[in-house]
Amino acid sequence: MKILILGAGQVGSSAAYHLSREEANEVTVVDMRPDVLRELQDRLDIRTVVGHAAYPDVLERAGASDADIVVALTDADETNMVACQIAYTSFRTPTKIARIRSAEYMNANKLFTQDAIPIDVRISPEQLVCSHIEQLILYPGSSQVLDFADGRVRLVGAKADREGLLVGQRIATLKDHIPNTEGRIAAIYRGGKAMLPKGDTVIQEGDEVFFITDRKDIRVFLSEMRRLEDPVRRVVIAGGGNIGLRLALALEQTNQVKLIERDPVRARHISEQLNKAIVLVGDAADEELLLEENIDNVDVFCALTNSEESNILSSMLAKRLGAHKVMALINRASYVDLVEAGSIDIAISPQQITIGSLLAHVRRGDVVKVHSLRRGAAEAMEAIAHGDKDSSKVVGRQIADIELPKGTAIVAVVRGDKVIIAHHDTVIETDDHVILFMTDRRKIEHLESLFQVDVSFV
Amino acid sequence: MNWAVVQRILGLLLMMFSVTMLPPIAFSLYYNDHSWLPFVEGFGLTLAAGFLIWLPVHRSRKDLRLRDGFLVVAAFWTVLGTFGAAPLYFADGLSLSFTDAVFESMSGLTTTGATILTGLDELPFSILYYRQQLQWLGGMGIIVLAVAVLPMLGVGGMQLYRAETPGPVKDTKLTPRITETAKALWYVYAAFTVTCMVAYRLAGMGWFDALCHAFSTVAIGGFSTHDASIGHFDSGVIDVVAIVFMFIAGINFSLHFFAWRYVSIKHYAKDPEFRAYAFMLLTVAVIVVFTLYQFRGFSDPGQTLINGVFQAVSIATTTGFTTENFSLWPAALPVLLIFASFIGGCAGSTAGGIKVIRWLLIYKQGAREVARLVHPNAEIPVKLGATAIQPRVVDAVWGFFSVYVVAFSVMLLAMMATGLDQVTAFSAVAASLNNLGPGLGDVASGFMSLSDTAKWISVIGMLLGRLEIFTLLVLITPMFWRH
Repeated sequence: MKILILGAGQVGSSAAYHLSREEANEVTVVDMRPDVLRELQDRLDIRTVVGHAAYPDVLERAGASDADIVVALTDADETNMVACQIAYTSFRTPTKIARIRSAEYMNANKLFTQDAIPIDVRISPEQLVCSHIEQLILYPGSSQVLDFADGRVRLVGAKADREGLLVGQRIATLKDHIPNTEGRIAAIYRGGKAMLPKGDTVIQEGDEVFFITDRKDIRVFLSEMRRLEDPVRRVVIAGGGNIGLRLALALEQTNQVKLIERDPVRARHISEQLNKAIVLVGDAADEELLLEENIDNVDVFCALTNSEESNILSSMLAKRLGAHKVMALINRASYVDLVEAGSIDIAISPQQITIGSLLAHVRRGDVVKVHSLRRGAAEAMEAIAHGDKDSSKVVGRQIADIELPKGTAIVAVVRGDKVIIAHHDTVIETDDHVILFMTDRRKIEHLESLFQVDVSFV
Repeated sequence: MNWAVVQRILGLLLMMFSVTMLPPIAFSLYYNDHSWLPFVEGFGLTLAAGFLIWLPVHRSRKDLRLRDGFLVVAAFWTVLGTFGAAPLYFADGLSLSFTDAVFESMSGLTTTGATILTGLDELPFSILYYRQQLQWLGGMGIIVLAVAVLPMLGVGGMQLYRAETPGPVKDTKLTPRITETAKALWYVYAAFTVTCMVAYRLAGMGWFDALCHAFSTVAIGGFSTHDASIGHFDSGVIDVVAIVFMFIAGINFSLHFFAWRYVSIKHYAKDPEFRAYAFMLLTVAVIVVFTLYQFRGFSDPGQTLINGVFQAVSIATTTGFTTENFSLWPAALPVLLIFASFIGGCAGSTAGGIKVIRWLLIYKQGAREVARLVHPNAEIPVKLGATAIQPRVVDAVWGFFSVYVVAFSVMLLAMMATGLDQVTAFSAVAASLNNLGPGLGDVASGFMSLSDTAKWISVIGMLLGRLEIFTLLVLITPMFWRH
């Protein structure tokens, strides 16, 4: 697939990294800064073009005329929109994805039609990150909560601790623990290595467990893995940028929210937009300020400023001062590994959250949703099965009979409104949404081919 | 330094290279020239060596770093030049010394075209073919071939590509994937080879000669299957075919690629390097032809014209084919031609020399200094066509130029220290460093009369020229080896 990425910022670079890792993709990146591009080209097998991303001749030089997908990820919403418009008008690019940050554009729905601004998919990293954090706060104890089938099914990751009811027991006993729920364990990471669980696998303390279940049963399942935490009441957010403000807005009705912002002008501005949350002017790494605001009683401390280093430091400080759980927004993958082993409970990586929504459009076959996990090494994916028993390799077959690549498991099937947790004898029907968990991303091509309808039979 | 990866790739490439010794066996059997044995021995030796190098580290799976790329490329050209010499060394009919065999093989791979063999017309077909094939493989760069067929090199491929491809601007890729770029270059190269072969055949060569000369023409090599080179055929039509294809092979291959991709030739005229290249060749050709007319008169105007143009294109593109012994030509012509080879072809072509684009940038810098004297306050960027060139690139060009001059001077002194006269030493170093082939004085028709020491100096010169000096030079800096 020929992919054109406009903008080599944080999101653009990580998109280029993830997409160019897959053999089948040919990636071209456009940016105005030659030095950034040179550095990027040193690391990745991509082509780079220097120029303004929305200019027709720049797009032409970057090969827009035969590109399959244009992904506009520049800083400016307007540039992204114009670039997609030009890609549509001059080059007939089939799929156009754009980052739209401001809620004003995002909420104006009639704007993004083929005869107005032809953008097929709008992504807003801020919004994705914000709802990601919201989920984590809603389900305390989870380290990842991923939606499938419009939120009907959720894949939840959690670290097992000593007080989890299932810890030290075989997975097969799960049915006896919680008889009236549907769900299954999709994968277990032990010491960084993935394993697909069997009935006699024993969950140990420190395992990272991914399980899938209906959304109403998530809390019950979480209690099987670790001590059930009380619902979050008090939240402190450090950094009043786009993400911080959005999160405060989303949480202020249900939680006690305090937001710390350094810049008095910005603080004034956000305090006008918020109704219940308290905006504090000051430094999030200021011990006095944190103590004064009773940091030791805070359930969740979220460091969401632009600077990842200060996020790490301020959340470490908050943890030491007694905050129950701290989260930090961290872009650099190497930092994520560094801090998750230490005192920070959850590292939030905007790139990883965003990349999933791009990957879904690059995959062949009818893929609705892709979530990238563990720095892109694993993937959870929702694909629609099409065709019939003859033309498809999955439809009309029992799960046990489907030739899945190693390290891959079908964990659930969504049929209409019904969520079916996968068993070896579940039969896939046409138009089912199949949810898969993949511990080895390299097998992706094999998996894609399973969900493609064999054309010779149609 | 990532030794295991370097070793693994080296082993793989060597095993791959061993396969190239199989076609000569087929030729040997077809023509029944009884010289297949050295190739079987060479094949076995190379394959075994590659396998032994590869075996201990075949599980190593790491990405190539920038430094490893330099090491792989430099090591590979050195190792390959040595193993490529094996069949020549083993061949009973030739009875070459180790030095001579390596010289001949390196001269082939680096597309220099200087030879230590005489009596080519009497040699077995398989050996003649093998020499031409070495040039053809060396022309596009075996590493580029490897990048095309070894996608497992992954990201590291770019490091190899950059360490090997000639020219100052190396970041421009034709396609997003390095593998695809390498493949595209080889497709263009192969297409030209086939076209050239057919053209030679139609112009009157036999199929064998047509294939062999097509190999060395598009590679800008200069090896021939006859002692008299292209002059052996004594045919104006063949001369013209050679002129056309040498000219084409000296152009940047990415221009050819675009011509093929977009079915258009307009961009040639727009490319500043191409225009400078054409202008330079035209100027040299006019001077040569004019001087020849002046000294020889108009007894055979057509042949003099073709000979003049042929020699100008052949030497200026660093091919090294000859129709006459140009070292005996009148006035300044021999030295003019040797000087022209310093310019060479375009960047990204198979030609040697300093490359037209570097001279163009140096010239533009000179022009800028003049303009600054006239307008002291003017802001004058160095531009190629419509695009301003980054100061970094211009700096790199000057760096390259000065290192070239230093390398040349050192080798010239070393050559003269072995007892050669100045004309011979000067032209021998130029012929090696520019990957040209024939020189003046004692090396006008071949390097056989030189001492072993001089031959080794020449071998180093060829390698330096092919890898554009820096790739080799970086290996002898302590900085490179420091962790």
